[in-house]
Amino acid sequence: MSIADKVAVRLRVNGEDTAIMVPPYKTLLEVLREDLGLTGTKHGCELGECSMCGVLVDGKPFLSCLAMPLDLEGRDVMTIEGMARGRHPHPLQAAFAELGAAQCGYCTPAMLLTAKALLDREPRPSREAIKAALSGVLCRCTGYLKIFEAVELAVSRGADG
Amino acid sequence: MAEAFSVVGKPLTKPDAFGKVSGQVKFADDLSLPRMLYGRLLRSPYPHARVLHVDTSRARKLPGVLAVLTGDDLPVKFGILPVSQDEEALAREKVRYVGDPIAAVAATDEWIADEALDLIDVEFTELPHFMSIQEALAGQGEPIHGLSNVHKAVALEFGDTDAAIRAAEHVREDIVFFEGNTHLPMEQHAAVAQYAADGKLTLWTSSQTPHYVHRALGKVLDLPMSRIRVIATPNGGGFGGKSDIFAHELVAAKLAIATARPVKITLTREEVFYAHRGRHPVLMKVKTGFTRGGQITAMQFQSFLDGGGYGSYGVASTYYTGALQATTYAIPRYRFEGVRLFTNKPPCGPKRGHGTPQPRFALEIHFDKVAEELGLDPVELRRRNLPSPDSQTVNWLRITSCGLKDCINKVVEGSRFLERRTSMPPGRGLGFAVSSYLSGAGTAIYWNDMPHSEVQLKLDRNGGVLVLCGAIDIGQGSDHILAAIVAEVLGVALDDIQLTTADTDLTPIDLGSYSSRVTFMAGNAAKAAAETVRDRLFRVVARSLHCDADELTARDHRIYRSDRPAEGLTFAQAVQLAEAESGVVTGSGSYTPPKLAGPYKGSGVGPSPAYSYSAAVVEVDCDLKTGEVKVPEVWIAHDIGRAINPMLVIGQVEGSVYMALGEALMEEQTFRLGLHKFPSLLEYKSPTALEAPVMHTYLVETIDREGPFGAKEAGQGPLLPVIPAVANAIYNALHVRIDEIPITPEKVLKALNDREKRVGPKSVPAYTFPPLIKADVPQAWKGK
Repeated sequence: MSIADKVAVRLRVNGEDTAIMVPPYKTLLEVLREDLGLTGTKHGCELGECSMCGVLVDGKPFLSCLAMPLDLEGRDVMTIEGMARGRHPHPLQAAFAELGAAQCGYCTPAMLLTAKALLDREPRPSREAIKAALSGVLCRCTGYLKIFEAVELAVSRGADG
Repeated sequence: MAEAFSVVGKPLTKPDAFGKVSGQVKFADDLSLPRMLYGRLLRSPYPHARVLHVDTSRARKLPGVLAVLTGDDLPVKFGILPVSQDEEALAREKVRYVGDPIAAVAATDEWIADEALDLIDVEFTELPHFMSIQEALAGQGEPIHGLSNVHKAVALEFGDTDAAIRAAEHVREDIVFFEGNTHLPMEQHAAVAQYAADGKLTLWTSSQTPHYVHRALGKVLDLPMSRIRVIATPNGGGFGGKSDIFAHELVAAKLAIATARPVKITLTREEVFYAHRGRHPVLMKVKTGFTRGGQITAMQFQSFLDGGGYGSYGVASTYYTGALQATTYAIPRYRFEGVRLFTNKPPCGPKRGHGTPQPRFALEIHFDKVAEELGLDPVELRRRNLPSPDSQTVNWLRITSCGLKDCINKVVEGSRFLERRTSMPPGRGLGFAVSSYLSGAGTAIYWNDMPHSEVQLKLDRNGGVLVLCGAIDIGQGSDHILAAIVAEVLGVALDDIQLTTADTDLTPIDLGSYSSRVTFMAGNAAKAAAETVRDRLFRVVARSLHCDADELTARDHRIYRSDRPAEGLTFAQAVQLAEAESGVVTGSGSYTPPKLAGPYKGSGVGPSPAYSYSAAVVEVDCDLKTGEVKVPEVWIAHDIGRAINPMLVIGQVEGSVYMALGEALMEEQTFRLGLHKFPSLLEYKSPTALEAPVMHTYLVETIDREGPFGAKEAGQGPLLPVIPAVANAIYNALHVRIDEIPITPEKVLKALNDREKRVGPKSVPAYTFPPLIKADVPQAWKGK
């Protein structure tokens, strides 16, 4: 691939501005993983069905496997790598770890970010609201219950830390 | 009084938890090496065809392509079982399912690799294909392998079942079908291979069985195993789907050798459906004789397995469809006949419960019907046929601890099953079922006398403990089990433990994360290793304190006199003392299961050092208009032996219930015109957070005498009773029998409109099983 086939993309990811040259057909998921080294965001189905690739864009859940980076210039992208405050895990991260809500850990980044978007919008959600908000993110390990309980534990501790 | 344990039995955070919640844990596809190439596989578009010619010349010319492989580059056949070496990394003469790999490329990026696949020209001659048990047996056309589509047929009998059934006061026969489904791990399989300048090959792979991959690489690549290093990366879900040897692993390695550059192959989601090795579709016939009082007198069980295109674990799967009937119920006379057929579908293999959810489904709905015919409630029928602790089954399986009775009591009381089942509101129903499962296969996949699991420890002079073990964490928490057991024995904290696992250069063997074996076997090895090291520390501390070693306790980072706790050394001081005396403090431990196979051919599948037990009650809410079945609530009890970490055990139980509900109600891997109907997540439906029921989990502790601290398995057994409990609950709600999995809305509506109020197979194919191997009956069953 020659440099002429690449386009310049400016992205704001986890609060940092970055500028990279990438082929224009690369998805946000691929750019995050391959060009920015943010491998916490995962491939799952390549169809926008499983949400393994979920990130937050301007605070809302967003499927990075269906998004083109050029469309996201000037928007705020958050990946799992940006969720902790320095060395302090986000309360959701701590609750997921403590309650065993991450078994294999593969859906965990997207699950956490989706839960964060929910709590940022609705700080005290009901169990039903948690289920609805997380229903797009598939998990094959947990049966979801420990995930619901972890979100509720984070809520009870004050999820904004 | 102090608690008996300081780590074991506590719901502690597992060592890899923060790596997972931070996204820092590296799965195979997250790895990237300098100058890495990307590999892709060309797969067959035909279900059954002869490969006449593969022309790679156009692909080789594409700029960015560094290597192209065909079957001739990897001609050595392999397979996970020594008796089924029937796979080629890239098919040479024939393809046997849509998705069977034929050729491979390595290129500088994935797009070029994909383009190169389009430039490979393959000439095929299509052959008639076989897409079902019936078609495979009818055998119209060239068989898939050899002279017949029959892969394996077995016939065993323990006592005279015909006579016992003739003499029975009540006999019932049922025919049941369980459609295939797949593991659907969220992580696609991936492998990265590197061939260093010194000729050393390293493969990082998302595998549950790195030791078996190591062996297969040595065989197929014709390299000494000492020149190959396999590192299993944390699996993003396994469920049995990553416990085979896969073409992409061998091909990535070969491409790395061919190009002398690192090569990564990550399967697409569609390819994961073709890799499969999932649940076999199984057609079953079960016939059981009872006394009027509901005691089993004999059982005859037949299974027909639709195996897909290759052997894989199929010989074991076949035996497993007949093995655990008698560990769940006391059966005095038993006959099992099973046959596995090759079909032109992705190969089936082990999925959670390996070969036992299908017969479990058949048996438990069969018993539900028998109970009704005998005028007994379904719980009472089970209670009259419970296996005894410390007993031997008629097919020679040794039972140690058995908590089935307690499991039954927990769920029946918790759900108020007996009170509520006769007065459920319209469309609502309660169903009940029980099960048992292995705590690890008692025999290794290849014949050998060596341990099944080994652990080494190395202590550093500040009191840190390095644990080395071949076991791979697939999300089930095996890292935690290793750390918790070592920490408990040495009296240190989880934070003091460092783990290096699943690296064939660094870690001693563990056979893999399959057959629910890791807690039991690696746990026992870890315990033995820690006790070896502890004994050495005790010897030096005893000398220093002028007491006997057996007067010492290791706890809270100290080794001290049990009767005078103030007298002691810190753990680090003890290590320093030992190191000063005789050098680096290390120790190892191994676990070899007892030899338990019975005196008959085929007795190698089924024995386990211990069996777990489960019971479930499921509540359903059925929509009579749409046929949709919802599950609002589940009660599940599991005999875990002892929970090393109850939080992780409950996680395994809840995950099993979830996976069972998916299989019971929606998941199926089906085909049309030789093609997988839905190799994508758009169409392959699995339960979401919205379908998650309320679950009541009860852990029953029977403290098994051979398990580490008494522990047994948790990862697979709790799936088993849930599927039939759903079917039984639907009968309770609607008075229809769905004798077929999955129970889709269409089937429910069809059954409601059916004269017999049933959906399910009506017959099994005419097939002559081999002559019965008439095995002797253990002494305890003679005359019964």
